[in-house]
Amino acid sequence: MKQTRKNIATAALLLVGCFAGSVFALRAVDESRGNEATLEEVLYLPSSKMLKRLSLGYSGLLADIYWTRAVQYFGSKHLQHSQRYDLLYPLLDIATDLDPHIIVAYEYGSVFLAQQPPEGAGEPDKAVALIQKGIRENPKYWRLYFNLGFVHYIDRNDPRAAQEAFEKGSEVPGALPWMKVMAARMAEHSKDPGTAAALWEGVLQTSSDHSVQNTAKLHLDSLKADLDIQELERRIQIYRERTGSLPADWAAMERTGLLHGIPLDPNRAPYKLLADGKVEVQDASKYPYLGEWLYNQERPY
Amino acid sequence: MNTRLSAITLNTFREAVRDRVLYNLIIFVLLLVASAPLFSQISIGMQRLILVNVGLSSISLFGVIIAIFIGIGLVSKEIEKRTLYTILSRPVRRWEFIAGKYFGLMMTLAVNAGLMTLGFYIALFITQGVLKPADAWMLVSIYFSVLEFLMMTAITLLFSSFSSPIFAAIFSFALFVIGTFADDLRNFAALAQGVTKWLATGAAYAVPNFASLNVISRVAHDQHIAGKLILYNTAYALLYSAAVVIAAILIFERRNLK
Amino acid sequence: MHAIEIDNLTKSYPVGFWKKQFRPALKGLSLRVERGETFGFIGPNGAGKTTTLKLLMGIIFPTAGSAHILGKDIADAEIKKKVGFLPEQPYFYDYLNPSELLDYYASLSGVSATERKKRIPELLERVGLADSARKQLRKFSKGMLQRVGIAQAIIHDPEVIFLDEPMSGLDPIGRHEIREMIQGLKDAGKTIFFSTHILSDAEALCDRVAVVHKGELRGIGVMSELRSSTGGKTEVIWEGSGAVPRVAQLLMDSHVTGELVRATVASENLDTLLARLREHQGRLISVTPLHGTLEQYFLSRTSEPEAARV
Repeated sequence: MKQTRKNIATAALLLVGCFAGSVFALRAVDESRGNEATLEEVLYLPSSKMLKRLSLGYSGLLADIYWTRAVQYFGSKHLQHSQRYDLLYPLLDIATDLDPHIIVAYEYGSVFLAQQPPEGAGEPDKAVALIQKGIRENPKYWRLYFNLGFVHYIDRNDPRAAQEAFEKGSEVPGALPWMKVMAARMAEHSKDPGTAAALWEGVLQTSSDHSVQNTAKLHLDSLKADLDIQELERRIQIYRERTGSLPADWAAMERTGLLHGIPLDPNRAPYKLLADGKVEVQDASKYPYLGEWLYNQERPY
Repeated sequence: MNTRLSAITLNTFREAVRDRVLYNLIIFVLLLVASAPLFSQISIGMQRLILVNVGLSSISLFGVIIAIFIGIGLVSKEIEKRTLYTILSRPVRRWEFIAGKYFGLMMTLAVNAGLMTLGFYIALFITQGVLKPADAWMLVSIYFSVLEFLMMTAITLLFSSFSSPIFAAIFSFALFVIGTFADDLRNFAALAQGVTKWLATGAAYAVPNFASLNVISRVAHDQHIAGKLILYNTAYALLYSAAVVIAAILIFERRNLK
Repeated sequence: MHAIEIDNLTKSYPVGFWKKQFRPALKGLSLRVERGETFGFIGPNGAGKTTTLKLLMGIIFPTAGSAHILGKDIADAEIKKKVGFLPEQPYFYDYLNPSELLDYYASLSGVSATERKKRIPELLERVGLADSARKQLRKFSKGMLQRVGIAQAIIHDPEVIFLDEPMSGLDPIGRHEIREMIQGLKDAGKTIFFSTHILSDAEALCDRVAVVHKGELRGIGVMSELRSSTGGKTEVIWEGSGAVPRVAQLLMDSHVTGELVRATVASENLDTLLARLREHQGRLISVTPLHGTLEQYFLSRTSEPEAARV
């Protein structure tokens, strides 16, 4: 009957409408929950032992859930340039307690737990604790020693501990000889950008996590830019000693043979030559870690 | 139409009562009575916390269990037992039948929750010696539980309208569990790529989101709940439930019964 | 306006693993029932009687064809206010008592509260359940449930009443009582559609019958006419066994005892037989026409190959 067909069409339309409405309503709910979302259940985190028992054998699944929550938690807080990441360590800790073989979690922690806010949680000691747990549970995974050495060197200013880590790691069967090289560099007991760059390069090569790779790339770019700027400013001083004045532009430096071509930064944009002889990058937003290493050299260790 | 709908609603309620569903209240009371003094060794603060957690969680859980156990048979039982024949021979529209069953079960759950709330506040009063204004926030948690019931009942009704009680129970329970982890489902969807991302996002919205309705931990620590959250959650639960009930009606409208 | 109008009503069920084949349960049923008639719908089990009733009540939907009750399409729910239905082996909510059940059902059928208050006790009295008015239905015997069934079918004073095997499971007293009730409804001018496989019940109450078999309509007509159509046999008794060989081919059967012959002959052959007997000096003792029964009509209609139709 025609009427029934019309009724069914109306009902179907109403169904779609209600469902679409529910989607919008849910999004509104999300917004008004904001960050509290992760907090409210996570604030009262049960202990890992209890969780493992509760998970009835599906601890692997629960581990994955906590790992995803850790990533989500850090990601959303990072977007807001938050200064505190209190829950990152507990979340990573629980995830790795439930499943000690989530290697990427240790790796993630070595970068985002250790770095200073807002890049990270600013808890390098906890990062060390986490990675050491990872090493205990995965003794054959020599790359974790790399992560450990990384944290000691970059975030804890402890080249000695870093050296130890790299040496231990190089002794694990299957470790790349490059670990020994890094250990040797650590033995110099000084903080230099070159070593830092090598370490970040190592992270970039070994990580499978996108956010970690992005951070590594940004650090590398900034380091290279730092070194470039240092070198460029040195040559500008030479120019000034030779000619008695500062160069007006890069072409002037080229003419004196101090440069071959316009100097480009890692993003292939030309460096800016300032009137007072200083050099800057065109787009500072692409180099969030500029100056980190050069001016950190003042810090005692 | 109105009289028929309310007649079916009231009869469904009457059936639940005579099926002795409300006896679950006894277990609830026993639970409350047992939980508080059991932890009396710990400080008073913990005692209250335990009571609130046990009480509010029970109200939610018991309601969901009842929603599933009665819901799965709402339609299929009538078809199995052929009691539907003499109903359909009357001027009752099929949609009225479904809607009446839904409202009837909701009425049962609301009454059940109401009685539990009363018992809960009495227990709270006994434990604390007094009722503080902050205790009113727990009503929000209970209200959110009722919203959960709205969605859960709709879901069990939907499954009952086309599958046997066993499958309806399995699917309903599965959706309940997934709904509790709905936030994580959405996290998975956010991190996924390509086709998986679309599928996961679709699933994340199709599945009932119970995670946003769970504020038990917060009210247990006397935190307040934003008015906007209450409003949007209400809208969400109503719209979602409406969609599912309409789906149940559509399925039932043209179904050849045995 | 007919009370019931069925046009080419068809129902096939998809069967087989892939649900590709179809098993026909009802093949193109067409018939009309007039207002005030008591119409018998008879057939063996599995003939499609219950399928027809389920289609009319909207419990299942037709594959083809249509039906109207009191001029309205059966899909129109409103018409059901004037329709009563007693299904075969009815089930009711066992947690209610008959008084509550009738109250619930009557309100669904649009009977006002005041009316319900008045009618329910009367009706319970009429079906003999006044004493059990407050007893839960789960404690009722089959016979009592059947009475509840009749009660719920007529509580809203419908014009057209459908009964599916109303006598099933009843003891003789019960059957008698139900028969009386149906007669009473008949006298009140109601249209009754009566589905059964017990022919004697149909014979006693119906004005017209239809015979269904294997989903098809095999015969339809007024009761008295149907009987005579298969009747038409005459019993003839005469003296003079010598005549037998001369008339043997006319006889349907015969018994000879000495000189006495008792034979049955088709009514159309009666005159020929009597003439022959006179020729051969047979002495006629008696000639008695035999009436056919509904049973014979029924059997004849259901044993012929499917091609044969009315």
